[in-house]
Amino acid sequence: MISIKGLSKVFQTKDQAVTAVDNLDLTIEKGEIFGVIGYSGAGKSTFIRLLNRLEDPSAGSVVIDDRDVASLKKKELRLARQDIGMIFQHFNLLWSRTVHDNIAFPLEVAGVAKKERDQRVEELIELVGLAGRGQSYPSQLSGGQKQRVGIARALANKPKVLLCDEATSALDPETTDSILDLLVDINQKLNLTIVLITHEMHVIRKICHQVAVMEGGKIVEQGDVLDVFLHPQKKVTKRFVDQVMGDPEKENSLNLIHDTYKSDSILKLHFVGENTNQALISDISRKFNIDVNILHGKITQTQKGAYGTLFVQFSGEQNEIENVVGYIQSTTVEVEVNPSA
Amino acid sequence: MLESLFPNVEMEDMLTATYETLYMTIISVAGTFILGLMLGLLLYLSSPGGLWQNRTLNMVTASTVNVLRAIPFIILILLLFPFTDFLVGTIRGPKAALPALIIGGAPFYARLVEIALKEVDKGVLEAAKAMGAKYRSIIFKVLLPESMPALISGITVTAIALIGYTAVAGAIGAGGLGDFAYFYGFQRSDWDVVLACTILIILIVFLFQFVGDSLSRRLDRR
Ligand SMILES: Nc1ncnc2c1ncn2[C@@H]1O[C@H](COP(=O)(O)OP(=O)(O)OP(=O)(O)O)[C@@H](O)[C@H]1O
Ligand SMILES: [Mg+2]
Repeated sequence: MISIKGLSKVFQTKDQAVTAVDNLDLTIEKGEIFGVIGYSGAGKSTFIRLLNRLEDPSAGSVVIDDRDVASLKKKELRLARQDIGMIFQHFNLLWSRTVHDNIAFPLEVAGVAKKERDQRVEELIELVGLAGRGQSYPSQLSGGQKQRVGIARALANKPKVLLCDEATSALDPETTDSILDLLVDINQKLNLTIVLITHEMHVIRKICHQVAVMEGGKIVEQGDVLDVFLHPQKKVTKRFVDQVMGDPEKENSLNLIHDTYKSDSILKLHFVGENTNQALISDISRKFNIDVNILHGKITQTQKGAYGTLFVQFSGEQNEIENVVGYIQSTTVEVEVNPSA
Repeated sequence: MLESLFPNVEMEDMLTATYETLYMTIISVAGTFILGLMLGLLLYLSSPGGLWQNRTLNMVTASTVNVLRAIPFIILILLLFPFTDFLVGTIRGPKAALPALIIGGAPFYARLVEIALKEVDKGVLEAAKAMGAKYRSIIFKVLLPESMPALISGITVTAIALIGYTAVAGAIGAGGLGDFAYFYGFQRSDWDVVLACTILIILIVFLFQFVGDSLSRRLDRR
């Protein structure tokens, strides 16, 4: 769907050349939600702006749907852009237009007739959950509602790709989640390819299928969201994963657990992309004659299943506990007895 | 009562003079709006980073605007006599004042237009570009509507300056309230006529300010 080769962007400033995007190769599949995460200055915005050529690349190619965006002529580029929707951190709505007219704007630009335009706008208002607000002005809407207008506007010309530049960074956590849900919803309904950039691992965790970690203009790590969560290779990536998971091993709580409980019956359970074994604990307490005491941990949901770590204490007969460990080993949940502090 | 306060004021002449002032103001405001808008757009679009980024065009426009703004209005009228004569066929009367009024007002308004356009959110312009909008759509559907309240306040300020200019033009025979106050009031020492003209001009200024303010406020949905 999107194939990027050797893409670079160098900004020439007065005193130096800044390489914002550095010889980047990437393939994004159709229907995928592809997340790019990185700290401030990593080059994320520059990268996403190269995809619809709001920035001209210094080198390399961006092929979207067999069309090399980097080599298009002015008019072709305008038409190509109508197939690429984009939403922004600060929404960028026209304050002088109503919600309805904001959504109609890209349709006017594409030369869609008035009657068809109105009909399409109504569909979109419905799709993003703003029914009845068509005649409001942006100033009368909350941040989350403004972003919904932004999304409707971006979808107006039925694009094949949606680019999101920090689309939820100006929103509170709850509103962020509702916007992310909407993005997943349209991704599934319209089989739309979504490229989103963010500095919040929470966003990646919640909706992305693939993630690329960006640092200094380069992609330093890339893969299935779950794989990256599981086996973060680079230091930046680990820091991002810790953003969501915390770092249980590093926390004092593990020492506290060892001090407080008889250590030989403490188990560390590692859930990796689980859908089938989420009921493991209740399973165990039903099948075996032991008591389960949950001590500490965190489980989180990704698009590919649950992921996280749980510390539990089993109390009961020693050989019964051994049976339990054997049972857990027969599932896909990883288990460690008496994890070291 | 009016008779005793303004013994020398001829109602009919006064009305004619008021009409002439209104005529000069309204036509010159319309002309200034169009010419100033074009010059202001040119300044903005040709500036570095603008849609039509062009150094030469920007410099030529900016110098023209600056030179025209530097010339005192009364001198501008004199300088424009040949041009006015060619265009209007006379250098006397309200109609003959229009070229000077518009050429005097437009550069002033052009700078206000430029400032108004610079205030338009860059993000919104970028969004329009990302949607594949033509320059024409960006100008007429984004730039102008998004800066409309400032464009209206700007033309209000300009209109009031133009009312002042019509009075100056009056002093060299353009007609209107300035002309009337000078020739029928000042030169005959009929001070009640000067006073009546002043009051009428103030009323016209207030009228323009009021209309401009309420229009600008009504259009502002921010
Ligand atoms: N127009 C520009 N001119 C010069 N340098 C630029 C320009 N735009 C970006 N840069 C530089 O390129 C680098 C990457 O910037 P970019 O905006 O892509 O980062 P980012 O990852 O989006 O950061 P943030 O999370 O803060 O938005 C930075 O060092 C920045 O200073
Ligand atoms: Mg950015």
